[in-house]
Amino acid sequence: MDRRDFLKHVCLLISSGAVVGGLSPAAWAKMIHKDYDPAKHYYGMGVDIDKCIGCARCMQACKTENDVPGDPFYFRTWVERYVIKVDKSVTVNTINMGLDESRDVIMEKDVLRSFFVPKLCNQCDHPPCVQVCPVGATFKTDDGVILVDGKRCIGCRYCIQACPYGARYLHPETRVADKCTFCYHRLVRGLLPACVEVCPKQARVFGDMKSIASPLGRFIRMNKLHVLKPSLNTDPKVLYANLDGEVN
Amino acid sequence: METAQNFAELAKQVVGFIYPNEIEIHWSILIVVYPYITGLVAGAFILASLVKVFNVKELQPTYRLALLTALAFLLIAPLPLQLHLGQPWRSYEIFLTPNLASAMAMFGFVYLWYLMVVLLLEIWFEYRRDMIVWSSESTGLKKWVLKVLSLFSTDISEKAVAFDKKTVKIITIIGIPSAFLLHGYVGFIFGSIKANPWWSSVMMPVVFLFSAIVSGIAIVMFLYMIIIPIQGGKIDMKCLDKVASFLFYAVIVDFSIEVLDFIHRLYESEESIKILSQLVSTKLFMSLVVLQILLGMLLPLGIMVVIRVFRLQEELRKLLYFVCVVLIQMGIFSTRWNVVIGGQLFSKSFRGLTTYKMELTGIEGLLVSLALLIIPFVVLAILIKLLPPWKKEELAGG
Repeated sequence: MDRRDFLKHVCLLISSGAVVGGLSPAAWAKMIHKDYDPAKHYYGMGVDIDKCIGCARCMQACKTENDVPGDPFYFRTWVERYVIKVDKSVTVNTINMGLDESRDVIMEKDVLRSFFVPKLCNQCDHPPCVQVCPVGATFKTDDGVILVDGKRCIGCRYCIQACPYGARYLHPETRVADKCTFCYHRLVRGLLPACVEVCPKQARVFGDMKSIASPLGRFIRMNKLHVLKPSLNTDPKVLYANLDGEVN
Repeated sequence: METAQNFAELAKQVVGFIYPNEIEIHWSILIVVYPYITGLVAGAFILASLVKVFNVKELQPTYRLALLTALAFLLIAPLPLQLHLGQPWRSYEIFLTPNLASAMAMFGFVYLWYLMVVLLLEIWFEYRRDMIVWSSESTGLKKWVLKVLSLFSTDISEKAVAFDKKTVKIITIIGIPSAFLLHGYVGFIFGSIKANPWWSSVMMPVVFLFSAIVSGIAIVMFLYMIIIPIQGGKIDMKCLDKVASFLFYAVIVDFSIEVLDFIHRLYESEESIKILSQLVSTKLFMSLVVLQILLGMLLPLGIMVVIRVFRLQEELRKLLYFVCVVLIQMGIFSTRWNVVIGGQLFSKSFRGLTTYKMELTGIEGLLVSLALLIIPFVVLAILIKLLPPWKKEELAGG
């Protein structure tokens, strides 16, 4: 082997290594569904607080659809119940899908206002989880969804620490980070996320943020919107209508 | 299943509201041990550099010990991280596909730089002449181990030794910013997490750095006071007093920075102040107020002031110094605990506190952590056996 051949081999080896080692986000989507072009979409979700009735169907659908462990310590989406009492004190708890009935009962006369807040990964445009992942296992797709490559994640949990919204957990079986993907496997097939599909009140509105003539487009036009923890500059793509200032 | 049961038990101890995924404390005791160990490395190295770069002659007896201590702890430093990973067999990915935006991804490079370029090189040049001499005086396995360690070099001419000395000085000069980098970056891993107000502070790397210097000086002092008598030597009081005075100043600086950070937070009184106050006054009261501040900082400071003001007798001084360094180690370990565990005990909803229950026997349990804290001392014992820090006449001369 002369020097030219040797260099050629080295170059080939390095480039093949790069292909195996670092699949681009676009290649990821193509791997899931070949006819899907992520560059044509930019996903977001609208949540109308006033519509949510706290039925927890979204939580159940999510757990079933995504094989999320059944125990009440692992959620890709959950619903919080806020009760603001007359004395201005705030009680919050997570809707428990009928697992635990030990919740304190608050008398109606003591309640100033009360509402439910569906929570999920905010699919931030400036995601701190992506920034801190030491191996690039967490990444943003071209269509704006934050995903975790479970085959690359080393389970260091830095992303869990960095998420301001508590949206991530360590999957007890796979021992890697897990979170809401907007049901990416459904999106690429033209389906809605499971939580959106089952919501009986259409409190969750999913769609393309670029599109104006769509349910999400209308939601964005017709409501005064807010995001969670705006001061952290994460730029969430989960937008809330009628959000109370007590929620964080 | 067992985990779920544990979580269900823990859930009963939650005060207020936490996000449902927050019941698990993700960075456990192992991640407390990690910054504690790297802190000792950085601090011990800074002490060593005082001798070479700043020419503090009195500290010479601790120079080699400090270097070996730094090496012993640095060799073990990655272990707690490795054991803590959900997928330990994939840890090599941090070298292969590092995300350059991630502070944690820099670990591998900072670590390797510090180990290979700074510590190993400095120790090699420092010991090269001695290794050649010792290898010629020994027989059997030891002769060969020393030969290999000296990389089969044989030149002990004056010129070569002068070159060694010069190189050691240059490496030390590079080593000081490297030590700052090593521990400053560990602080940055926490300080750069904007989601967590307990961690997110520009002061964090600085606090880490100075607490590292405190713990490193204290551990070398501790080891010096134990090993010298074991080897039948006499403790050099001039040296000990000098180390203690550096320790004294380091504790003052460290304490001032921490107080500044505390006052700043209190004065700014941001959104998180209520939950953080609740955290400090309940869950962290023992480890922060009692162990870290009162017993780990103010008491040793007080003792050192007494030693300096009243010219105490040698034996009493030794005893008090010893008490001080033990208290300081406990205090700095508590500091690490309060940062790592404390930062995870409150909900990012700022509405509640959770609880950490340490395992006893699990991989992230107490026994493993104790083992990880003991192993560096075993490594150090081997290093000292192989590369004695003191010559016989130094031991006898005091």
